[in-house]
Amino acid sequence: MVKPPRLDRRQFVTLVTAVLGTLMGTVVGLPAIAYLISPALKRMKSEAWIPLGLLEKYPLGEPSLFSFTRSRVNGWEKTVNSYAVYVLHKSPSEVIVFSNLCTHLSCRVSWKVDLKEYVCPCHDGHFDINGNRTSGPPPRPLVTYQTKIEAGNLFIFMKEA
Amino acid sequence: MLKRIFAWLDERVGLTGIYKTVLDRKVPKVNWWFTLGSASLFIFILQSATGIFLSVYYVPSPDHAYDSIQYIMNEVAFGWLIRGIHHWGASLMVLVVFIHMLRTFYFAAYKYPREVTWVTGVVLLLATLGMGFTGYLLPWNQRSFFATTVGTEIPGTIPWIGPLIKRILRGGADLSALTLTRFFSAHIWFLPVLIIAMLGIHLYLIIRLGISAVPDRED
Repeated sequence: MVKPPRLDRRQFVTLVTAVLGTLMGTVVGLPAIAYLISPALKRMKSEAWIPLGLLEKYPLGEPSLFSFTRSRVNGWEKTVNSYAVYVLHKSPSEVIVFSNLCTHLSCRVSWKVDLKEYVCPCHDGHFDINGNRTSGPPPRPLVTYQTKIEAGNLFIFMKEA
Repeated sequence: MLKRIFAWLDERVGLTGIYKTVLDRKVPKVNWWFTLGSASLFIFILQSATGIFLSVYYVPSPDHAYDSIQYIMNEVAFGWLIRGIHHWGASLMVLVVFIHMLRTFYFAAYKYPREVTWVTGVVLLLATLGMGFTGYLLPWNQRSFFATTVGTEIPGTIPWIGPLIKRILRGGADLSALTLTRFFSAHIWFLPVLIIAMLGIHLYLIIRLGISAVPDRED
């Protein structure tokens, strides 16, 4: 391409329009993307030890359900999330606490006394008393929580993104 | 490669034809006052874009309107920018559209054969004012609340039909949640749809008739 000695009027206008357009597009476009995704990028730390009450009150050998709620501020509103865990009091000194979220797609599993299994109602996932999968689509055993016992009280450690 | 894609599309869609009709129009020698129509269109597009973005977080409810805007201003990345553009753009749009109308009037551009363009332009000006009026209530703060109290009280003073108009504007006797939702609806649906329809006719007529020249002494 042979370079013209200097820009003519038409080329100048085209160039200025292109440069200004790109500049304005960037100045407006990038903040617009940040605007849309910014709530997704905010992470609130909500690690905490949750008290589940006296350990001795949990029956031995049978999982029992414990429910609690935790709240968090999302945008301009407080969101209250419900949680439930299964406490398996195996022996006076041994306890396992399972999340009731199915490891398949996060539906809530429930303990079926007659089957001696946790059953997920969504896709019929089954877990045995120790949280291991016995049938159905779940890829992993039920999630367990880190526990501690202080003055006879049971605590679980919740970490959340 | 790009050229071939363009040629392929052009042959089927007629891009060059559109370009020639819409942008390569013959125009008389005019001055900067004649750019205000394009400026109005640009601000309208800007307001539409920023308005759509604001609707991601804004809630038209007395419980949440104010808080959701505080959230946009203080928490969302560049929320202050998007809302700031929408806020100042609103005033600028009224100003630019109004001066556009004055130019058309003083240059007598509304005369034959452009009467319909003028009439749609009047509707567009009124719709722009309507956008300003309805948008002003949405932050749901003291200023917007009482501005709308006054703004709906004024048509209320019209003899006979005034009280009914006031009730229709407010959606009842009081300035309430119903007022907020109907103003919101007018602001994001009714008025924009009206503006887009009128804008379509307005622009079609400008392309069809061409723009008027600056009148000289003979005119």
